[in-house]
Amino acid sequence: MKYNVQMVGVGGQGVLLASMVIGNAAMAKGMEVAMSEVHGMAQRGGSVTSTIRMGEEVISPLIPKGGADLLLAFEPIEAYRSLGFSNEGTYIVTNTHPIIPITVSMGVDKYPEMDEVISALREASGRVIPIDATELAVEEGGAIATNSVLMGAVAAVKNFPISREELLRSLMDRVPKKFSEMNERAFQRGYESASQIISELE
Amino acid sequence: MASTYPGTPSSEVGGTLERFAHEVGIYFEYSTNEKVAMEVAGAAAATGLRSFAFMKHVGLNVASDAFMTLSYTGVRGGMVVMTADDPTAHSSQNEQDNRFYAKLALVPMVEPSTPKEAKEMLIEAFRISEKLSAPVLFRTTTRVNHARGVVPLGSIPEIKRKGHFEKDPRRFVCIPAHARLDRIEQLKRFESAKEMAESSPLNFVEGEGDVGVITSGVSYTYAKEWLRGVQILKLGFTHPAPERKIAEFIRDKRFVIVIEELEPFLEDEVLRIAQGQGIEVPIYGKRTGHLPHAFEFDPDIVATLSSIVDVEERKIPLEGEAIDMPRRPPMLCAGCPHRGTFYAAKKAVGKQDAVYSIDIGCYTLGVQPPLEMGDFLLCMGSSIGAAGGFSKSTDQKVMAFIGDSTFFHAGVPGLINAVFNDHRFVLVIMDNRTTAMTGHQPHPGTGRKHGEWSSEEVRIEPLVKSLGVGYVKTVDPYDIKETTMAMKKALEHDGVAVIIAEKACPLALRKERKLEKGLYRVDKEECSRCYTCVEKLSCPALFRVGDDVVIEETMCIGCGVCAQICPKKAIKEVDQ
Repeated sequence: MKYNVQMVGVGGQGVLLASMVIGNAAMAKGMEVAMSEVHGMAQRGGSVTSTIRMGEEVISPLIPKGGADLLLAFEPIEAYRSLGFSNEGTYIVTNTHPIIPITVSMGVDKYPEMDEVISALREASGRVIPIDATELAVEEGGAIATNSVLMGAVAAVKNFPISREELLRSLMDRVPKKFSEMNERAFQRGYESASQIISELE
Repeated sequence: MASTYPGTPSSEVGGTLERFAHEVGIYFEYSTNEKVAMEVAGAAAATGLRSFAFMKHVGLNVASDAFMTLSYTGVRGGMVVMTADDPTAHSSQNEQDNRFYAKLALVPMVEPSTPKEAKEMLIEAFRISEKLSAPVLFRTTTRVNHARGVVPLGSIPEIKRKGHFEKDPRRFVCIPAHARLDRIEQLKRFESAKEMAESSPLNFVEGEGDVGVITSGVSYTYAKEWLRGVQILKLGFTHPAPERKIAEFIRDKRFVIVIEELEPFLEDEVLRIAQGQGIEVPIYGKRTGHLPHAFEFDPDIVATLSSIVDVEERKIPLEGEAIDMPRRPPMLCAGCPHRGTFYAAKKAVGKQDAVYSIDIGCYTLGVQPPLEMGDFLLCMGSSIGAAGGFSKSTDQKVMAFIGDSTFFHAGVPGLINAVFNDHRFVLVIMDNRTTAMTGHQPHPGTGRKHGEWSSEEVRIEPLVKSLGVGYVKTVDPYDIKETTMAMKKALEHDGVAVIIAEKACPLALRKERKLEKGLYRVDKEECSRCYTCVEKLSCPALFRVGDDVVIEETMCIGCGVCAQICPKKAIKEVDQ
């Protein structure tokens, strides 16, 4: 078994930290893990990508186009930008909260309407799971728990090789103790929303 | 003992050693530059200690002077030099292939493919170095360095922690007469290295097939996972190449493919060996156009070999209808002091014809619109030397921009040259009190604060004054008026003028929990919607939402630069 996750987002969103949560959970299960990231500009608002591969005999740090079992996007435009890593069986979990690039705030480029982005994703794939993770996190106590919502959503994805409990444990190892309750609630909200959407997809 | 100058993708090694070296009895330092790091480690190895100098690929250019002659003197303790190459130049000014340094210096080289191998091979590299008394080049690439995997740890062995230098000027003082003797020794060591490569466990054959693949580094992982029905000769000890092993491997093959990133380094070795041994086998790779010459490989590139070998079946990638997507380039952070410096410089120059000679660090991002403050860049420290060249070759105004760490690294000789040769330009030293781009490492201007030792700061202003620079002024880049005034005066100065724009990097302050965050807000009533702030500053905390300009509270740190440039004074500090 090999399972490939392609993670995409924007510098400063915590993509690399989240990839460690998944990677560590896989390692704790005794799986082989190969991860790779480009983060030279990670703090400076550019696109950030991270690949996580787990299972047996995974050694390549990268996957081919169409090779992801799960595309996890922390930002919807980045999901669309990286669509080519998915195939028709790939689950695409994406936060729907936009991060406006500098090219847009300067008035050079335009950020499309969110509906347009999501329907473009849905047009291409029957397995899109859009979650307003930022909104759900705010409801549970703060935008800082956004990634916990996304981790919860990941745990709900069919055939994801790490169980809900295992992923939650790995997440709890990474968040400060005083925020653990808030993050656990956020994780639960992400799990529930994603489960709901997945059941509707079928 | 270990030494480095930070550079992507090697910086994390320093970050780890900074935390743990002291605990495990290793002396570790951030050196002023890679050449100094090489000399520090080279001397340690001459006393019989194990030493480790590590740097990014272009750092080895800086250190190459010391490296070349270390191969002549050889070492007494094991010495490993790690080069972190960057195919595709993800975070570098070029994608040079440093395997040629092994060839140039006649030193043995090992190349890991994965994090697990990196750990195992580093131990082996020290063994090779000790056996041969030669420094060993440990060549990595971004996809090995910025990769993670499960790495089994061992125990830390008892090794010598203190050396003693036994004098041997015949060997260690490379005057011409001694160098010629050392050269003969170097060649003898190289002959022994050839034998070691033949029997090294780092070079092995796996799989079955009448098609041969010869590969090393991360390319091996792509070949192993995606090519089918081939026999692979995986090389870890890549220089000197194991000639007999390669000859034996290629002899009965239908054809051979050499898979490696960047230059056809192994491919040419294989061609040479085949020719020398009279083996007639087709050898495919870059020379034959089967694989690309530029940029890093990935599984898709290796899969293009499907015209000649079996490739693991891959899924069809999804394609979306084309929607216009906004670009997302990296940029200076909200509250970055460099933004104020560039804005003020641009204002001070006005309509004058000026050349901006820029350097390597976060501030290189100033090249992008709307600041567009970079016209020329070669390497670390080049801003100052090049500024001198522009000032002597043209009548244009010339400004050079360099960071504090880069100034210490390779800028000081350039500035001395400018004083010495009476160049006329403005040098702006953008002192953000850290090595920001690579993850906030200390440098001489911050003093050493890690491990068992600490040191005082080397102050830039007295240093610059001591060189005899006629105009020196330290400014606060958050104060646009003061900074612009100082720049105007500097531009009128007859000779080299230095402005030190000093303000700590907010990201570094946040890490140290020292950031005192302020907040500004746009007064919608007073805002005239001229958009000067969003268009001129490109601060990520400033957005246009519809017609309004909004400041994102979570990002704004309250530097106040936007408030100073607002023509209507509509951006106001908020009491928190």
